[in-house]
Amino acid sequence: MKPDVSSSGPPLVELQGISKRYGDLLANDGIDLSIEPGEIHALLGENGAGKSTLVKILYGVIEPSAGEIRWEGRPVSIGSPVEARNLGLGMVFQHFSLFDELTVAENIAVALSHEWSLSTVRSRLGEISRTYGLALDADRAVWTLSAGERQRIEIVRCLLQNPRLLILDEPTSVLTPQEAEHLFTTLDRLSAEGCSILYISHKLEEVRRLCRRATILRAGRVVATIDPRAKSAREIAALMVGNEVGEVRTDAPHQVQGEVLRVSQLSMPPAGLHGQALRDIDLVARAGEVVGIAGVAGNGQSELFAALSGERLAERADAIVIAGKPSGTLGIDARRRLGAAFVPEERLGHAAAPSHRLSENTLISHAAAEVSRSGFILVDAAKRLARSIVQSFDVRTPEGDPQARKLSGGNLQKFVIGREIIRKPKLIVVDQPTWGVDAGAARLIRQALVDLARAGSAVVVVSQDLDELFEVADRMAVIHQGQLSPLKPVGEWTREAIGLEMLGVAQAQGGAHAV
Amino acid sequence: MRFELTPRPTVSPVMRALAPVAAFITAFLIAGFVIWLMGRSPIAAFDVYVLQPLSDPWSLQELLVKATPLALIAIGLSYCFRANLWNIGAEGQYVIGAVLGSWLALRAHGTEAGAWVLPLMLLLGIVGGALYGLLPAFLKTRFGVNEILTSLMLVYVAQLTLDYLVRGPWRDPQGFNFPQSVTFDPSATLHPILEGGRVHYGAVFALVAVLVTAVILGRTLFGYRLKLTGDAPRAARFAGFSAKATTMAVFAISGGLAGLAGISEVSGQIGQLQPSISPGYGFTAITVAFLGRLNPIGILIAALVVALTFIGGESAQIMLKLPLDLTQAFQGILLLCVLAADALVSYRIRFVNRGGGK
Amino acid sequence: MTIFEAILLTIVTASTPLLIAALGELVTERSGVLNLGVEGMMAMGAACSFAAAVTFDSTLLGVAAGMLAGALMAALFALVVLGFAANQVGSGLALTIFGLGLSGLVGAPFVGARRDPVAPIDIPVLSDIPVIGRLLFEQDLFVYVSIALTALVALYLARTRTGLTLRSIGENHTSANGLGLPVRRVRFWAILFGGACAGLAGAYLALVYTRFWSPGMTAGRGWIALALVVFAAWRPGWVLVGAYIFGAATVLQLHAQAAQFGVPSQLLSAVPYLATIIALLLLSLRHGRAIGAPGSLGTPFVPDR
Repeated sequence: MKPDVSSSGPPLVELQGISKRYGDLLANDGIDLSIEPGEIHALLGENGAGKSTLVKILYGVIEPSAGEIRWEGRPVSIGSPVEARNLGLGMVFQHFSLFDELTVAENIAVALSHEWSLSTVRSRLGEISRTYGLALDADRAVWTLSAGERQRIEIVRCLLQNPRLLILDEPTSVLTPQEAEHLFTTLDRLSAEGCSILYISHKLEEVRRLCRRATILRAGRVVATIDPRAKSAREIAALMVGNEVGEVRTDAPHQVQGEVLRVSQLSMPPAGLHGQALRDIDLVARAGEVVGIAGVAGNGQSELFAALSGERLAERADAIVIAGKPSGTLGIDARRRLGAAFVPEERLGHAAAPSHRLSENTLISHAAAEVSRSGFILVDAAKRLARSIVQSFDVRTPEGDPQARKLSGGNLQKFVIGREIIRKPKLIVVDQPTWGVDAGAARLIRQALVDLARAGSAVVVVSQDLDELFEVADRMAVIHQGQLSPLKPVGEWTREAIGLEMLGVAQAQGGAHAV
Repeated sequence: MRFELTPRPTVSPVMRALAPVAAFITAFLIAGFVIWLMGRSPIAAFDVYVLQPLSDPWSLQELLVKATPLALIAIGLSYCFRANLWNIGAEGQYVIGAVLGSWLALRAHGTEAGAWVLPLMLLLGIVGGALYGLLPAFLKTRFGVNEILTSLMLVYVAQLTLDYLVRGPWRDPQGFNFPQSVTFDPSATLHPILEGGRVHYGAVFALVAVLVTAVILGRTLFGYRLKLTGDAPRAARFAGFSAKATTMAVFAISGGLAGLAGISEVSGQIGQLQPSISPGYGFTAITVAFLGRLNPIGILIAALVVALTFIGGESAQIMLKLPLDLTQAFQGILLLCVLAADALVSYRIRFVNRGGGK
Repeated sequence: MTIFEAILLTIVTASTPLLIAALGELVTERSGVLNLGVEGMMAMGAACSFAAAVTFDSTLLGVAAGMLAGALMAALFALVVLGFAANQVGSGLALTIFGLGLSGLVGAPFVGARRDPVAPIDIPVLSDIPVIGRLLFEQDLFVYVSIALTALVALYLARTRTGLTLRSIGENHTSANGLGLPVRRVRFWAILFGGACAGLAGAYLALVYTRFWSPGMTAGRGWIALALVVFAAWRPGWVLVGAYIFGAATVLQLHAQAAQFGVPSQLLSAVPYLATIIALLLLSLRHGRAIGAPGSLGTPFVPDR
């Protein structure tokens, strides 16, 4: 397989037969991959295909079970990120490897070798920032920065070491469309300067925008190496997913009826040290519709979820009205009894207890389920409920009643969503319904949410994934720094308009929000 | 060379059950080594510590006597530890329970007060321990003060309170100036289960506590609440369980049981208040709770096993001139071994030799 | 020497062990490890230092033995919490129980022995300044060491590269591991440093403060040192301030007991413990929950490889 890139000499890096086994699971299975100097190479695959494992191996964070890595034709063993950096690798992590309480300069210095003093870091930081248009204040504490700014720290941290290969793991998942475009310009420029880039993503559009060569992973194996511009999106998606994934059907006849949720002038101070305050949120969800809330991570989504679910209480009872009853000061149990259901973003540890069995996990939303009576657990009822969720929502489990952590992300998410939907709630609020979930499960979950709405429930979906919202939502709003834009029918939104709202530009332009 | 830990894909229940046994054996080997270092025979020590107490009816009774407060306190602590809350002040709650209960015994002393004295004393013991346990819980839930440090500091305060009382206002005027109270009346004494025996009704309380706890932890929503709070606190909040209410409840329960242990010990064993009414039951119970894997039946067994070290320690002091501190050192090393064994159940340990390691 | 001067001098003596032990624990905690075994390590430091000092008739050897004992205890703790990723709170408690017991064994043959006072270091001229002269410039070596240690720890954490690495690891061990920082190695040395400091504090108690050994002589000072770290919001300078406030409280209650105000002596003895609770309470009232606590404090770390 000769890549269509003009080059003399060996590729910059070559992976041969890389495998990684975790217990029974083969996360990587004999992966071959080569990257030429100056090339932007995409690593495509859906969630759980083994992309993150592969780059962690390349960066020396985890050890491969088998296989060889060649650097400029020479076999190397990369035992730690320090050795990787010494070779000339730089990595921008998906979940940033930053330290909230430290300053920008400290965060950069700590990843560099000991020759870098804080003052050298400061002066070089200024240079790099100017050269690549990556503005950063050296003395700000990281927790005060936006996700985009945090990513800049990671990139600058790499650039300071003059990397030969820069690895980016899902870099746009936390960016607005405009910020993403800015990132692409920077990457093009680096590539022109001769730096190779390994770009990991599951988004086709940006891969086609950036790369001439893409390696596609599925279930831990390489299924193809292609030129993404030469294939249609459909063909690539088929390669990534294997069998065709249908689209979500939203065409069932439906009628929008009365209000189930009304949020008016909801404000809340930030919960923790570094939380986001909510400011004057207005929101209405009616029976029969899906309301989407878009926004870049960290703009108050989890705070809004906590306020709606009752994990945090509002000052006024009438700030949140559920099914006609002022509920702002009611706890989550009481709201569940009113017919509301909730699915938080974090599956393990929030929606479900990792070390508990599925039947025990049904007890978490016990207040509205028939799994306990006068303080005693009805063990058989809980087991039956778990079984019927597993069957109705196609949850693939390794055994009858396994611990939650034994399930894959997609299967656990199906269970967690199923646990709430099976009760036929009047209102369901879901935060990031398909985050880190494989395409098949994502489709099933979206369909289930749409079907629930069509059957007469109100559905609120908070998501960072715009494609998802355009697919399922009837009306949509954008959350930015704890403020919510007006709700508009999906047809009235463009991606550009959403991007501007995400950046807060629309608000700055004034007046748009006078309701 | 270094260690590496890899999570085990499956944990067999057999390993889980055997872990405390392995920990116990390891702790024994370490203790034997220390005894050997001290120039004594580890074999003789084993004989004195384990074999003799187990082959002598008097010692067997004594075993139950010592296991009673250990089991009561450890059962209480298991509520806290399951919810991942650290009450390490059980010793203080034990003392305050004993003090409050004894207050009634001393008030009723020499009066015609009848059969109601003892039940009320026990109740006061529970209340005293529970209130004292609620103090750190209140400071934690209301002000966010770390419960580990406050509950421990309150142990010293409780001990000084007891010391003040038995040297001051509650001292027996006819006691030749010894720092102790009068001996309790029969109506204020917890009686032996068997006439002439040493084992008092406190042992029954412990057994009841074990059984009730087994039901609560295994079958009720409250039990699940503790487990969820300990294993996944955010999920517990999501389930609608208030963390504050949980904290207050478990501290009240563990304090109450420690207080019951305290008043039972004073009215059933000692018969009066003294400056010292515990050989460190409140701290040893921490070891007992973990050795029993926070499981009620496990705790019952662990209490009997650890009680052995108290009896063995006393006879070793007399027969082998081994200081009593050896018992405490052993209990400490035992707890370390138990916690390490717990980790070994969940992880596999690998030794890695890396050439040219940095 | 006036009574006033004498009291001030004893305050310094009472504060120094708290300061040394708390500084050690501060470094351990800034690396993300909570070691509740300070009391036990301190007790072992006291017993071993006294045993060695009496046996070899050398204060220096005594101090070395105390620090070594503290560090060995800490190494045992490190093995369990770093090697086996065991629960840190439980393991620390176990270390305290173990240390208190073992110190009794080590010290048993030396009950009743006494050491001569350690000669203070007299800085000429300066020590002749009235009142503050003797207070500041005629202390024993430990006092100077403890002050210097405060400054060194503060400088180390704020200004050095390894200090930055240690803080990062304490803040977020997952990120640190992703960057290839040696999480467990740094924590190992931080735990050892904490142990050596606790041992030194114990040595000071036995060789300078009381000059004899008795079981349980640490009397909760290790726990107070732990509270001081919280009280100081994990800042070395505030540990110094806190240690002297607590030292003063301890000494003043002793003098109050001697003066017999008619207050029960037990109440006065309880002052340091009650003061600890009140200090923690005031701190929480002021700031809300534990300000300045390292992000990974107390959570076990298992590298994913």
